[in-house]
Amino acid sequence: MGLPGSAAALASANGLVLAVEEAPNPWFDGSWAVDNWSTIMPLLGQHVRLTVISVLLGAVIALPLALLARRSRFLTGPVLGLSTIVYTIPSLAMFAFISPFTGLSETTVIIGLVLYSLVILVRNFLVGLQSVPPDVREAARGMGYGSGRLFLRVELPLALPAFLAGLRIATVSTVALVTVGVIVGQGGLGQLIIVNGFGANYYRPPIVFGTLACVVLALVADQLLALAGRVATPWTRARSAS
Amino acid sequence: MNAFGDAITYLNDPFNWTRPKGILELAAQHLVISGLAVGIALLVALPLAVWLGHTGHGGAFTVGISNVSRAIPTLAILTIFAVTPLGFSIWAPVIALAVFAVPPVLANTYVGFREVDRDVVEAARGMGMSTGQLVRQVEFPLALPLIMTGIRTAAVQVVATATLAALLAGGTLGAIIRSGFGRQDYGVVVAGALLVAGLALLTEAVLAGISWLVTPGRKRAALPWSRRPAAEPAAASERVLVDTPL
Repeated sequence: MGLPGSAAALASANGLVLAVEEAPNPWFDGSWAVDNWSTIMPLLGQHVRLTVISVLLGAVIALPLALLARRSRFLTGPVLGLSTIVYTIPSLAMFAFISPFTGLSETTVIIGLVLYSLVILVRNFLVGLQSVPPDVREAARGMGYGSGRLFLRVELPLALPAFLAGLRIATVSTVALVTVGVIVGQGGLGQLIIVNGFGANYYRPPIVFGTLACVVLALVADQLLALAGRVATPWTRARSAS
Repeated sequence: MNAFGDAITYLNDPFNWTRPKGILELAAQHLVISGLAVGIALLVALPLAVWLGHTGHGGAFTVGISNVSRAIPTLAILTIFAVTPLGFSIWAPVIALAVFAVPPVLANTYVGFREVDRDVVEAARGMGMSTGQLVRQVEFPLALPLIMTGIRTAAVQVVATATLAALLAGGTLGAIIRSGFGRQDYGVVVAGALLVAGLALLTEAVLAGISWLVTPGRKRAALPWSRRPAAEPAAASERVLVDTPL
């Protein structure tokens, strides 16, 4: 068997071209992950970092936009229309558009991912805000709530389930999209798939490991957010329990 | 930033369009791969979704595969198919893309069928319609707006994702972006991005037009800017329309 990756390493070192069939190239190889842990960890870290920063920035920008879009019917159309256009642009093209300004950096990836998560979040935040019954708003106003307190104490809690649904979708999509950052060399686990796998004589263990790690990361993030949602909205739990 | 100027210069050179492996050849292959993928996905997903939607079975299944497919990076599946024995043939990207085109068609068609008014179905049955007639003449036309939304979402997604095949072996329009990065020529990068984004937006517009044409009457509201949000708070579990950036 030899060392994992040795076939690819040999091929590049000696200028040989080994046929794919002749080199050991298993679909699953647990020892590959163990031997290459020091390569995997920084990439996993980058993947998590890019996801968290992008979704958080997206949320911070999406909230005022959603409030603005709700405030005037005049703005709702353009905000949603523009977000549809942004959504339709393929991620590879998005990173390509941004790259002349920010080069081969994480910033390029973050800007692109913020734009996508922004689109998901604005729509869901808007739906959440619109789902607050007008009667409730009226009642709060009648009780003397100002607009700031109305938002924080009444609208935000009621819109929270929709916000969280949006955050979950945005997070899962972002985890998957980070891989495309490989085009500027900042793709997190995508580096594993493309550079360590496909680019290294189509070596399969990093490809399969990177894929599985992405899926697990997405599902774990999704469940963590779902848990946070249950903790933050105890009243929905009471309702479903009764 | 003169990258955008360089991009226009690149796009203005007819030779860049007509040469071998030029824009026209790549665009043609991009569309062939996308068309095959959408076709295969429709062949698989439509009959299955019609059956599931008609019988009402498998709601959790369609929602489940929609949600799971969101978590799987398309680039990863493209890569996995590229290292199978299918390898560098056109079928590796076609099948990988078809896999991702199935969930939107499945979910939207299923929801479209389930949302048909039960009274209408009862009335059709009372008039003596057979199951085949019911599906073809009642349920399918009423579900058509959502079915078309599913097909449009799938097609736009496939055209967008076919770009990524260029990171592997597929000669799609993404190859221009890739070669631009390879040469560190941001003009070419931006030119490729303009072409790719243009093709995706064009696909969206054409399919929105088609679905508007084939959808009769009041239910004609499926223009892109009126697209439903990714998840609605009420009944979010029933109504998940797959809509993921690529």
